Amino acid sequence: MLALDRVGKTYPNGVHALSRFSAEIKLGEIIAIIGGSGCGKSTLLRAIAGLDRATSGTVTLDAATITAPHAKIGIIFQEPRLLPWLSVADNIGFGLSDLPADARREKVTRALVRVGLADKANAWPRELSGGQAQRVAIARALVPQPEVLLLDEPFSALDAFTRRDLQDHLLDLWADTRPTLILVTHDVDEAVMLADRVLVMRPRPGRLFEEIAINLARPRDRNSPHFDNFKRRVLTALDRSLDRNVPDSEAAANAGEAMWW
Amino acid sequence: MTIEVPVLEQTNADVARPVASVRLSRLVRPALGLLLPLSLALGWELAVWLGYSNGRLVPPPTKVFATIVELAKSGELSRHIATTLSRVAAGFALGVVAGTLLGAVSGYWGLARRLLDPTVQALRAIPSIAWVPLFILWLGIFETSKVALIAVGVFFPVYLGVMGAIHSVDRKIVEVGRIFRLSGPAMIRRILLPAVLPAYVVALRVGLGLGWMFVVAAEFMGASEGLGYLLIDGQQLGKPAQIVAAIVIFAILGKTTDWLIELATAPLLRWQDAFGRGRGAA
Ligand SMILES: Nc1ncnc2c1ncn2[C@@H]1O[C@H](COP(=O)(O)OP(=O)(O)OP(=O)(O)O)[C@@H](O)[C@H]1O
Ligand SMILES: [Mg+2]
Repeated sequence: MLALDRVGKTYPNGVHALSRFSAEIKLGEIIAIIGGSGCGKSTLLRAIAGLDRATSGTVTLDAATITAPHAKIGIIFQEPRLLPWLSVADNIGFGLSDLPADARREKVTRALVRVGLADKANAWPRELSGGQAQRVAIARALVPQPEVLLLDEPFSALDAFTRRDLQDHLLDLWADTRPTLILVTHDVDEAVMLADRVLVMRPRPGRLFEEIAINLARPRDRNSPHFDNFKRRVLTALDRSLDRNVPDSEAAANAGEAMWW
Repeated sequence: MTIEVPVLEQTNADVARPVASVRLSRLVRPALGLLLPLSLALGWELAVWLGYSNGRLVPPPTKVFATIVELAKSGELSRHIATTLSRVAAGFALGVVAGTLLGAVSGYWGLARRLLDPTVQALRAIPSIAWVPLFILWLGIFETSKVALIAVGVFFPVYLGVMGAIHSVDRKIVEVGRIFRLSGPAMIRRILLPAVLPAYVVALRVGLGLGWMFVVAAEFMGASEGLGYLLIDGQQLGKPAQIVAAIVIFAILGKTTDWLIELATAPLLRWQDAFGRGRGAA
């Protein structure tokens, strides 16, 4: 279990980015974090990843307190961040350098097939499309079989069609080993499609505002009325988190759009 | 009708292109670079031959070539080339090692940069030739002072290149290394080294160019051997053909060694996605 206990972060320049964020996340749960720009979502994710240290509070995975990157926690950034000097296969195998070469090769090959890029094993990252590159990044983060996978707006640079494709793909991959997923997103549709729980944050300082459980069976149908219902609930919560008093009817109209701003 | 003929021809050429033109361009493209110097040489040869100039101060290519052949036959040429090459090699090696080490240290550790860099920058502002009298006093007029001068010339571009490259490695890529919990040495080997390699190669090539520049200066300050000596000798004895011959050989050696660096590092830089790629950089 991943436990966030009153996690806070004040940057050296005095910005109070995150304040007393607490949550308990069970193994295999999918959490979506949503909130306005600058409300500390990336800050929170980087603290969980151990890339930056929280200035107050603790992040614990099982019994271990996270203060530095941890073997069981992986992260996927908004950009693929592939290493341009490694082939696609070597990028995917980057985190497996402890394994003997043939075990590594086997895992990489399986991952390549799994993300549908078997024919790109020897390609350079520069030869990939944006969606393909992000799939390589997903494979790279998943092959070491993390218990917790953090995703910071992983699909936001992609077009709507590719994004949906990758969301389905991510769910597929998740079903293999069922790690905990914590996904930061701006896309209400994405949050409701993927998450068991949506955590809505509010800014200045960034903190938890509301938690919405998405009680929908998987696979979810984007066109069902229940789906729309949850989208509307998340949207209203978002609007309230920004102190915007939007009448319900307008929020409902907005619900049709994938991106809420 | 007259307009349609070339159009038809062009279509045929297009069909044949995939195979033939690849092979052709591989031969023609390097040759393109030779076009200008060769036609200039030919033009000058003709001008002298037709009597427009007596060619005494600017000897025609045949005369330069004859001088080179003559020097080569007597075995002198290879001796001079070997001397100059070994000086450049020694100075380049020293300069590269020192520049790489210090550049890496001040690129990697902020404290080292603050301690070291101002001094290095101040030294860099001194025109390197100004060291010559000191080097001669300290190291004598023989090989050591010459190699030292070349090493100084090579050092600065390599130092600056390495430091700048390490300093500007993308933090986002370094974070990938951190996420996979690379140790310090692994971070250097798997992230920093490959990331700085392109800039390092450029620094090496600039350094080598300066090495060739400084070997001439070093050989001007009193040498009995080397291509720089050939230049001085040609000036003092009034042999312009020998001067031009030495210059031509400098050009060939400089270009060849630069090309060797490029050749040796090309396999390491195949991944690069740069503007210059595939645009026929000879
Ligand atoms: N390295 C930093 N130094 C100082 N302040 C920072 C730093 N990183 C972020 N901040 C500030 O902290 C606050 C939260 O930033 P954060 O990146 O976590 O927001 P976010 O919710 O991820 O926003 P977005 O949705 O735009 O990505 C912002 O006000 C930002 O200006
Ligand atoms: Mg962010």
